[in-house]
Amino acid sequence: MIPGAFEYHRPSSVADAVALLAKLGDDARVLAGGHSLVPMMKLRLAMPQHLVDLGGVKDLKGVRVEGADIVIGAMTTQHEAITSELLAAKVPILREAALQIADPQVRYCGTVGGNVANGDPGNDMPAVMMCLNASYRVRGAGGERRIAARDFYEGAYFTALEPSEIVTAIQIQAPPTGHGYAYEKLKRKIGDYATAAAAVILTIRDGKATSCSIGLTNVGERPLWAEDASQILTGSSLDAATIKKAVAAAEAITAPASDNRGPAAYRTKVAGVMLARALARARQRAKA
Amino acid sequence: MAKAQIALTVNGKTVDALVEPRELLIHFLREDLALTGPHIGCDTSHCGACTVDLDGKSVKACTIFAIQANGADIRTIEGMAAADGTLHALQEGFREMHGLQCGFCTPGMITRAWRLLQENPSPSEEEIRFGISGNLCRCTGYQNIVKAIQYAAAKLAGVPFKEAAE
Repeated sequence: MIPGAFEYHRPSSVADAVALLAKLGDDARVLAGGHSLVPMMKLRLAMPQHLVDLGGVKDLKGVRVEGADIVIGAMTTQHEAITSELLAAKVPILREAALQIADPQVRYCGTVGGNVANGDPGNDMPAVMMCLNASYRVRGAGGERRIAARDFYEGAYFTALEPSEIVTAIQIQAPPTGHGYAYEKLKRKIGDYATAAAAVILTIRDGKATSCSIGLTNVGERPLWAEDASQILTGSSLDAATIKKAVAAAEAITAPASDNRGPAAYRTKVAGVMLARALARARQRAKA
Repeated sequence: MAKAQIALTVNGKTVDALVEPRELLIHFLREDLALTGPHIGCDTSHCGACTVDLDGKSVKACTIFAIQANGADIRTIEGMAAADGTLHALQEGFREMHGLQCGFCTPGMITRAWRLLQENPSPSEEEIRFGISGNLCRCTGYQNIVKAIQYAAAKLAGVPFKEAAE
């Protein structure tokens, strides 16, 4: 399959990339790892006239500490995220989630920024970022702004990003030392998107959950932050009855499509099962 | 669209070429350079038959444009054996352990396993299976592919290969 013809641009700075996007308008698409866009171009479902490849922008690479926050450059690949000792120590849920994305070859190319910015409800990082209350640093012709992950997703492939803007980095306040975490994903095979998946971050003190946050993947038009379920669990002793209530609250906000991953009702139940498993594992990992 | 000049290294040789931006790396390798070892299997980024090594990463050459490989160092299955024709330990392993039947997935499998063994010279069976999960084989059931990679890991480490009991 041969993609449609396009003009290729390879800026070396964020400023140049943003200027190009402003100039080229709707005819241009940003190319990050390319493992969502290039297959779409080969199917001619996407036919951009211009591709702005961010592969040459060094400022978009790497994971670093800034004050109390962890900052992940948008062009950091999943493979780099998996092998980052800093992320493994501070935000280990990212490694756990990244290892469940696609396959090794795709993880060498696919980027964390592309995964969060594309707006595909099947992508895994958005729900994890909502769970972590991360924010995205965005640059456009009008300057820089920050958008909370929880406010970013508007619908399938629709985000708060303007066409001339790019996500430059993901900023995360690291969860407290000793927090529990888990990303549980059911997929039919390696490389598949989730039938349903759940991300959990929690902290426990004296047998009670002092905080709890839940994200859900691929069970709606958008990735979901399960606010009610998170609140039900916060302050509880994570007893069976409360978990059951929280799982029901999480299932209630899902609206998955019926597709070859299963009927909608099944995928909603899978989301509940993934959440229960993620809670159990996060609790096991949390240091009281 | 205007063609662009690219310069890269393929199997140790410098290559200068003109490419159309939309030309995929797999077409550049197979049609422009006549390196037909990397195969086009699914053409949808799933099967891994087109896997090549690019700057220390295993990549699916059907999902990257040749122009993105400007300046890159690429190795394909054609660059595995020594100049005198001596097979690489992985190639020998696939032969000795019957790691192929039809052979279509083999170039991608070997190229992927080559990078895997550099990152993890003594992988467990589970790590091998996870490491080659981006490469599909429809013949073997993978059993002998795993053995072939274990054979190569042992040979490269200079230790005798002991086949696990089934």
